[in-house]
Amino acid sequence: MTWQGVLQIFVLMGIAAILARVVGGYMFLVLAREGDVRSARSAGGTGQAMRTPLLDTWIGAIKSVLDRVIEPIEHGIYRVCGIDPDQEMRWTTYAFALLAVNLIGFAVLFILLGLQQWLPLNPAHMPKIPFWVSLNTAISFTTNTNWQAYAGEATLSYLSQAWLVVQQFLSPVTGICLFLAVARGFSRHSTKTLGNFWRDFVRTLLWVAVPGAIIGTIVLIALGSPQNLHAYTHVTTIQGVHQTIAQGPVASMTSIMQLGNNGGGFFNMNAGQPFAGPNMASLLFQLILGFAVPSGCIYLFGRMVADIRQAWAIFAAMAVLFVAGALLIYAFEAAGNPIINALHLAGHSNWVGKESRFGIGSSSLFENSTTTISWGSTAAANDSLTPLAGLVLLFNMKTGEVIFGSWGAGMIGMLAYAVLAVFLAGLMVGRTPEYLGKKIESFEVKMSVLAMVVPSFVILILAAISVVIGPGLAGIYNPGPHGLSEVLYAFSSGVGNNGSAFGGLNAASPWYAATVGIAMLLGRYAMYIPLIALGGSLAAKQRIPASAGTFPTHTPLFVGLLIGTVVIVGALVFFPALALGPIAEQVAMHAGRLF
Amino acid sequence: MSGDTLTAVETGAGDRRPKQESFWTRESVVHGFKQAVLKLNPKDLMHNPVMFAVEVGAALTTIDTLRYLVDGNATSLAFVGQITIWLWLTVLFATFAEAMAEGRGAAHAEFLRQSRTETVARKVMPDGSIQDIPATDLQKGDVVVVSAGEVIPGDGEVKEGIAAVDESAITGESAPVIRESGGDRSAVTGGTKVISDELRIEITAGRGESFLDKMIDLIESAKRYKTPNEIALALLLAGLTLIFLVVTVTLEPMSVYAKSPVGITVLIALLVALAPTTIGGLLSAIGISGMNRLFERNVLALSGRAVEAAGDANVIMLDKTGTLTIGNRQATEFIPTSGISERDLAEAAQLSSLADETPEGRSIVVLAKERYGLREVDLPENEVEFVPFSAETRMSGVNYKGREIRKGAVDSVCSWTGCQTDTALGLAIDRIARSGGTPLLVSEGRRILGAIHLKDVVKEGIHEKLNALREAGIKTVMITGDNPVTAEAIAKEVGVDDFLSEATPEKKMDYVRQMKAEGYMVAMVGDGTNDAPALANADVAVAMNTGTMAAREAGNMIDLDSNPTKLIEIVEVGKQILITRGALTTFSVTNDIAKYFAIIPAMFVSLYIAGHKAVSLGALNIMRLTSPQTAILSAIIFNALIIPVLIPLALKGVKYRPSSAAVLLRRNLFVYGLGGLIVPFVGIKLIDMVVTALHLVSTTVH
Repeated sequence: MTWQGVLQIFVLMGIAAILARVVGGYMFLVLAREGDVRSARSAGGTGQAMRTPLLDTWIGAIKSVLDRVIEPIEHGIYRVCGIDPDQEMRWTTYAFALLAVNLIGFAVLFILLGLQQWLPLNPAHMPKIPFWVSLNTAISFTTNTNWQAYAGEATLSYLSQAWLVVQQFLSPVTGICLFLAVARGFSRHSTKTLGNFWRDFVRTLLWVAVPGAIIGTIVLIALGSPQNLHAYTHVTTIQGVHQTIAQGPVASMTSIMQLGNNGGGFFNMNAGQPFAGPNMASLLFQLILGFAVPSGCIYLFGRMVADIRQAWAIFAAMAVLFVAGALLIYAFEAAGNPIINALHLAGHSNWVGKESRFGIGSSSLFENSTTTISWGSTAAANDSLTPLAGLVLLFNMKTGEVIFGSWGAGMIGMLAYAVLAVFLAGLMVGRTPEYLGKKIESFEVKMSVLAMVVPSFVILILAAISVVIGPGLAGIYNPGPHGLSEVLYAFSSGVGNNGSAFGGLNAASPWYAATVGIAMLLGRYAMYIPLIALGGSLAAKQRIPASAGTFPTHTPLFVGLLIGTVVIVGALVFFPALALGPIAEQVAMHAGRLF
Repeated sequence: MSGDTLTAVETGAGDRRPKQESFWTRESVVHGFKQAVLKLNPKDLMHNPVMFAVEVGAALTTIDTLRYLVDGNATSLAFVGQITIWLWLTVLFATFAEAMAEGRGAAHAEFLRQSRTETVARKVMPDGSIQDIPATDLQKGDVVVVSAGEVIPGDGEVKEGIAAVDESAITGESAPVIRESGGDRSAVTGGTKVISDELRIEITAGRGESFLDKMIDLIESAKRYKTPNEIALALLLAGLTLIFLVVTVTLEPMSVYAKSPVGITVLIALLVALAPTTIGGLLSAIGISGMNRLFERNVLALSGRAVEAAGDANVIMLDKTGTLTIGNRQATEFIPTSGISERDLAEAAQLSSLADETPEGRSIVVLAKERYGLREVDLPENEVEFVPFSAETRMSGVNYKGREIRKGAVDSVCSWTGCQTDTALGLAIDRIARSGGTPLLVSEGRRILGAIHLKDVVKEGIHEKLNALREAGIKTVMITGDNPVTAEAIAKEVGVDDFLSEATPEKKMDYVRQMKAEGYMVAMVGDGTNDAPALANADVAVAMNTGTMAAREAGNMIDLDSNPTKLIEIVEVGKQILITRGALTTFSVTNDIAKYFAIIPAMFVSLYIAGHKAVSLGALNIMRLTSPQTAILSAIIFNALIIPVLIPLALKGVKYRPSSAAVLLRRNLFVYGLGGLIVPFVGIKLIDMVVTALHLVSTTVH
């Protein structure tokens, strides 16, 4: 491990904090309406001093410039679709609208994929896609997972690819809607409604997703990614080998894939490919894109509940988990594999599956990021990581993608953990547990527990079935503990709507295409719809004024408690499975046995 | 407020509380054990999903045991058999805890029931004649006659008469109280005894709905009504149990994949070890014992919900008189006018008050004696003429040896003397009035001698109590009939956060409503009918037992001692229940870490066998437990034994001192969170050493 390698982890967190402030401040101006913000008086008036008026002035200026361009489009959309953006929705209506939009997106994609051999824009005459793969892909790009059970360039027509890009915009935007519904549960009181889904959807798309993607594209081009519609270049290398160099609208694809925490890359190699990640600067910028909105959601939440300290507490919990994960991966990778180290080939680090341009430190950081911000975009081969480094990646996803996570979803997942943490320990202050002035009662506990058990149940049950039945075993390329890790990873990635792949698993086989599809669906809807219900229930509650008797949720102690809850829940649920997978593999590795 | 009881509140009602009996008398343990066995009935256990899961597990391992018994495999039999025994003991310990908690209330209920069934009522028939009928046949609206020595047959209102009533049956309070028709002292409770005179009582509660009935019902059924927090917690525990069920069930196929299949007994052992059995086993005992603790303080909560609400209360409304200040004003200061010595003023004041038997008058005599050693002199009858207080002059005093000494309110003495006060005295009078006190003037002849400062005396220790409440984030509100200026001054002196002056029933109710609208949980005490509207609106409404029927019906708790200061204790008990639940839940969950480190390495000694090679997770055996069998057995024994070890804590409650949430959280998280992490490591290791020494199960590693 080098100090530079360690430092960059902390630098990234510093950048994430700045992003949280700037992007969150912008999203607050764009998305929050008067009724969405808690009055400062009831929140104790704290956090007001934290604001930097000058920064907000600048953000406001940028927004008002954008307003002039975008507002006509927004109103046009409302008029054409007959939407009344001021109509307030109950949580049920909100959830229904959200599901309807997702269902339409899914249906269009599923039909396009299923019928692509007959549809236009298929000059390469891509054949019919197997049913399970098209189902899996349709689910994948609806749930913001972007798990790719296919090899893109050899499977999809241009029309199919084009709609995938549309979905890469729509699915993260849906995540912000999920978040806003839950956040309003905390910021509002004594009301039955959670805002208007259509307004949230349209504004997030027009003000956040589209401008963000455009900026991202421009910067990526500047940093060296190609953006063209040229035919592939055919060259003969120095060694005299004939090679086809793929290119195309790489920058724009990469931009929305990283900004939207999608991960559906242009190249099969994803960000490790020299055009997608031409240099360290580009890689760093992609990280910035990826962290922008998930971090922004944290700050946005703080603004909505009019107590920024609460937001920074959650940010701190996420940052500590992130840094710990990145350092662990880095440490395990730097220590390397004792068996290979004994051969004295290439120093004492695990270089297998690394892009040599990025090295151990940056690769560790990138892979930790990819599993925390729900990217699925990889710059190294996860299958080749040391067992315990793989365990960290698994942990990041298994806990429900709550360490930053994807657009909105990560934040509300963490809020569910906060509700549980408050409930577990809150009784110890001798009051009915409350979070941000809202009482946590049986309905809230029920919904949070429901959201929490989904990832555990889906991963454990599907993995357990997969390792004993024929079709499941057939898809595992590396029997033994490593194979179990591969299976656990696939379902964790699916249920966490992450989309990154460990590799070593036949993801296109009907069994895994279907089961990972189920995992993605449950991971999105079974996990987050209960949280909208939670928002609905909280919004209806009265707000309890804060006092010295109130459970403090902005202190380092609470940050520790929240981290403890995530770690203990994750550890308790997955310890046996992890013991048979990565831990057993690590033990075996030190005993001189590899899998 | 409490002036209408014959019990002196100031002496501290707590002293007469029935002594807490030890939990572990021979009798109670035997009874508890019997009940515990009966509670093993799966139908009864269904209400507790955690323990139900353990019982099902125990049943399955019992079958496993029988299988090995038939097989004759001695090593496996010893292991599986002992696991089975400890699983059954786990369930038994949990039901025992519940039985012990219930047992403490049951004796009281039995005593109450006896007093109800044996009573004979003398009912006044429509024609005026009197007929003896059993008390249980009384209807609402019946009128009964109760004479000295008889037991009042049911709850009712006194229609005629005045009598001393012994209410010790329900209050444990031996001093009798006065009950009379009309006013705030007309309510009587069935089961209490008239000890003088005769009362005519109209029965207000029909069969089964009297106060006594409610009380018996409450004590006996405490476990049936779960409170909101209990329901939420039970849900979480059920959720955790379900998760761990999935964890263990899915571990089976995974262990097959890892070429190290795990047997059912070991899987069940893992499930039981992980499931939150500690809190699951003690949860209902905590709730029941909380009600009992209130009962020991002579407070009867009409619902568990009210007890929990008491823990949540963040506004407490307290009456000034009798709660915050002792009932009467007292003289604290003599302020002479210029040219008069303080001693002369004190002497004159004392003389004028000798015949004044009001508490204020007595306090003047006492102050003069304390300050200047002025003894009470026995004035010769013939030389002295006492002038009693009259509504006309609004002064009292004495004529003695030609001296005409008078004392009275400022304006009355003023008009008597012609108001020749000097500026200094005028200022002093103003100061007294502003500070919330009452100035009295003393005069001799037509000359004003000076002023006496009468003030409300804050009860000893109340200041500290209010400070503690403030630290715990509870806002205290003083209710008083005084004018705003006086009220503010007293409020400041007492140390309350807010006050409600010139309080009327409407004002009190409006205040309660306003607080609730702002999101506060309001607790208050009331006794009179005029308190009823506010009580009905408050979240925690404690009615005095001496109070009117209206107040008692509006309340959700009844203080049998009628001690208004007790509201603070009620709040503390409410908090204690919640803290105990939270602490044991945290303890239970953090325990799992150590149990994993005991069981998982024991389960997987040889994984992924290929040829002669196998992977062993023995490296995770950080406690260095002897063998897989001793490890698993030790974890299960620890898991079972921790329940009885914690029964006293569950019944007594976690220690609570009012302090801020941040402090409480830090302390409890440290004790029960960190403690829960460390204790099982030590406990399991110690048990493993014993198990190994006794060779209870196989100690071979493979």
